Amino acid sequence: MQENKAKIREFLLRYIHNHDLQDDEDIFASGFVNSLFALQLVLFVESGFAIKIENEDLKIENFRTINALAYLIERKTASLAHA
Amino acid sequence: MIMDNVMKIELNAQQKKNQAAFRAFVSEEIIPHADRYDQEERIPSELITKLVQRGYLGATLPEEYGGRDMDMITYGLLNEELGRGCSSVRSLVTVQDMVAQTILKWGSRHQKELWLDEMASGDVIAAFALTEPDVGSDAKSVETTATFAGDSYILNGHKQWITFGQIADLFLVFGQCEGKSCAFLIEKDAPGLSMKPIFGMLGARASMLAELHLNDCQIPQENLVGGVGFGLVPVALFALNRGRYSIAWGCVGIAQACLEACLQHTSSRKQFGVYLKEHQLIQQMITDMIVNVKAARLLCYQAGYLQELGDPNSIMEIMIAKYFASTMATQVANDAVQIYGAMGCCSAHAVQRHLRDAKIMEIIEGTTQIHQIKIAEFGYQAYANN
Repeated sequence: MQENKAKIREFLLRYIHNHDLQDDEDIFASGFVNSLFALQLVLFVESGFAIKIENEDLKIENFRTINALAYLIERKTASLAHA
Repeated sequence: MIMDNVMKIELNAQQKKNQAAFRAFVSEEIIPHADRYDQEERIPSELITKLVQRGYLGATLPEEYGGRDMDMITYGLLNEELGRGCSSVRSLVTVQDMVAQTILKWGSRHQKELWLDEMASGDVIAAFALTEPDVGSDAKSVETTATFAGDSYILNGHKQWITFGQIADLFLVFGQCEGKSCAFLIEKDAPGLSMKPIFGMLGARASMLAELHLNDCQIPQENLVGGVGFGLVPVALFALNRGRYSIAWGCVGIAQACLEACLQHTSSRKQFGVYLKEHQLIQQMITDMIVNVKAARLLCYQAGYLQELGDPNSIMEIMIAKYFASTMATQVANDAVQIYGAMGCCSAHAVQRHLRDAKIMEIIEGTTQIHQIKIAEFGYQAYANN
């Protein structure tokens, strides 16, 4: 989980500069990112962790913070392993 | 000596074979008729049948849905060749792909089962309905409303400039529900939906544009795509990203067509006692065409490669490719008309059609100016990271 969080943070810091982003900080409410970023984030999560983001995953809670993203990735990875 | 450590930018054998097949199809079935499509402002159903027979309307859909499962480079090659022939025909393939891939990515299992087979088989033609009379680049401000009532949504609004709206069976329509963006699949015979054809456009005239009127248009709640609040991001942006990639390649095709026409024309027409190609100012224009077409194609290859990998950078690389290719196509087509002179201003020569079509490519799926803003933002972001 910590390794995934570090990878997510590294990606986010390409877009969010001069800010000490916390694991539970709302990425979207902070005004750091634009609409294109959201699509880039989906592609990052998919290509970086070999999972598919689908219709049922489209809940803002899944993408709002580093913690939420790490949890989503863990959950999707586990469901793939049991598939 | 073969070096394994060199970077290769080369099509594989299957891609080359497909490219040759696409080129032959366009040369035989589209180019001889494209000026007529432009003048009549329509694409005949016989051509659509031929596109379907070759699997071009389900080009990138997986085989399980009856698609051809093309990789992104092969799909790009198809778009270049179609663009070389007729931008309106290319637009048909573009829009079908935009909607099909959006359903594949963000649709429910039910929506995929219901629509994708039929889209691949060409039984269903789809259209993308985002733009409105008062809303173009500022897509988040769409004024079409959706109200949830019982087990349905009621839509009210007006959509404009909808490519192939005249013949579409299915529309991917964007609106707002309680201030949140939403995307809906709406069948052409949905109650409260009416269509009015649009004629007299500058370019891409055979794209059979339409305006849509939604007057208390009632659709089942299961027609919502991607959930309330996700209509624009990621659903519409995902579709637009697909569209930009296709258009970028199509613009390479437009410019390639102009280049080939100019190479032929300047080799056969004489002025001042020598062929046009002997004049150095003509050579300058031909040189710029050759270099710019190659540059745009390389940007498209780069974008396609990253798109195939699912790389987050693919989104900006596609914007860069679309920006460069569309502005380049306008310039190349403009020079082609200049080289042809009065003949280039006559409907008997395709370069004037390509010039009009190229201008449209600078407007659709994000204007040149929106691309400039986004690419500059990206540049400053990348600079900050260094």
